[in-house]
Amino acid sequence: MAHTDTHEKTLADKILERTGVDVRECYQCGKCTAGCPMVQFMDLTPSQVMRLAQIGDRDAIRTLLASQTLWSCVGCLTCTQRCPKDLDPAAVMDALREIAYEEGLVPDAQKNVLKFHEAFLKTVEHTGRMSEVPLTALYKTLSRDFFSDVLLAPAMLLRGKLPLVPRVIGGRKEVRRIFKRCLEPEQSERPVQPEHPDHPDEKTEEGRP
Amino acid sequence: MTTPIGYYPGCSLHGTGRELDQSIRALAEVAGIDLREIQDWNCCGATAAHSLNHDLAVALPYRTLALAEEQGLTEVLAPCAACFSRLKGTAVRLARDPDLVAKMTEITERPYGGTVRILSIVEFINRLMDEGLEAKLTHPLGGLKVAPYYGCLLARGEDIVADDAEHPSGMERALVAAGCEIVPWNFAVECCGGGFSMSKTEAVLDLTNAILTDAEDAQAEAIVTGCPMCHSNLDMRQRTINAAGRGPHDLPVVYLSEILGLAAGVEPERLGLDRHFVDAMRVAERVSERSA
Repeated sequence: MAHTDTHEKTLADKILERTGVDVRECYQCGKCTAGCPMVQFMDLTPSQVMRLAQIGDRDAIRTLLASQTLWSCVGCLTCTQRCPKDLDPAAVMDALREIAYEEGLVPDAQKNVLKFHEAFLKTVEHTGRMSEVPLTALYKTLSRDFFSDVLLAPAMLLRGKLPLVPRVIGGRKEVRRIFKRCLEPEQSERPVQPEHPDHPDEKTEEGRP
Repeated sequence: MTTPIGYYPGCSLHGTGRELDQSIRALAEVAGIDLREIQDWNCCGATAAHSLNHDLAVALPYRTLALAEEQGLTEVLAPCAACFSRLKGTAVRLARDPDLVAKMTEITERPYGGTVRILSIVEFINRLMDEGLEAKLTHPLGGLKVAPYYGCLLARGEDIVADDAEHPSGMERALVAAGCEIVPWNFAVECCGGGFSMSKTEAVLDLTNAILTDAEDAQAEAIVTGCPMCHSNLDMRQRTINAAGRGPHDLPVVYLSEILGLAAGVEPERLGLDRHFVDAMRVAERVSERSA
């Protein structure tokens, strides 16, 4: 659906556009939070995420996009399953994470989650499939986390679970084109302007003492 | 001659989830099913794609669906629960949204007419049961107590999974027919931490420890799963949990297809039971030939 330029898009509009979910319909029952297996690792609960997305002012957006929660959602869909309003909070998390990623707002403590996703996608982009060895090598290089899980490797090899030759498909160039079109859409398809440009100091504010 | 069923092993089944691939193929052979791997399939994008880019999360499964259609496959088995959820979820969204089909056709340069149906491991095995596998289960497991574990993606996702999301039962018929006793337990649909295995290992250890503990409390002798991510989190990470001073756990985690394969009289090594981290060969020892 086309939006007119006279109407500035709210955060709720952007989420609706990306997911088909209208966060304004959330009535804060808290079921998403009650069932979330990752809530103990989050700074905002899923229902707080929904609430802040409804409010959508500058402070709410800043809090949301910098939150640990977006990167702690494991995508188990418990919230989505239980939402009495059929609002799909997991899809809202995906949309907010995507926006945070596009705007470069990933909290330091969550960099490893991002590096893992990036390593995974790089592996697929180049070969068409995920292979354990290149994925792990790339992830460890990006995250500088060289030592965790190294003891698992020999045990996996022994069980024939760590194929050393990466899986490569015939259509890998086709897959690379698909990646290019998805990750670098035409200028006209680019997401709208940030809502509050002209505040160059904002991005660094979070990290200041 | 039965119609062939397409096969999408997904990336894990060539590595960490090897037993799932081995046991699915062995079971198809027992049941006389012609399983045809989709040629040149690509990764479904898993959690990484839908975490960072919603177009990619659809475009990757779309290419595989288009390939399956082009290769004349109307049904495709995706044994990995995550692949199943991504492929079926994409197929469902495409069926509802012609604009999305048009966009994906442009991105992938491939047409897709929406003719492919995706089957989960549970649906596939129930299909085999309908088509006569039950009569071939000549080696029952002697009342082995099992906790059927659906995790997230074999239970949840509206329009994706047909089973009850809070109390799924899709595995039960086959498990009972294989001679297992099903124990009631509380963690059948709790999340294991899935794709955070490497990037948030501590969280995964917490969640898996709770799942293993509940299964043990319910007196289960094995956890039965259909997902290679759940499997590696529960099986491979058990020693890490023990090393961290929790547990100690020593609970075999087996695939549904391994159990059915054993009950059909397939040798445990052919099913991959010797590849587990927590000894699963003891499950095979429970097999006894049904007296005629």
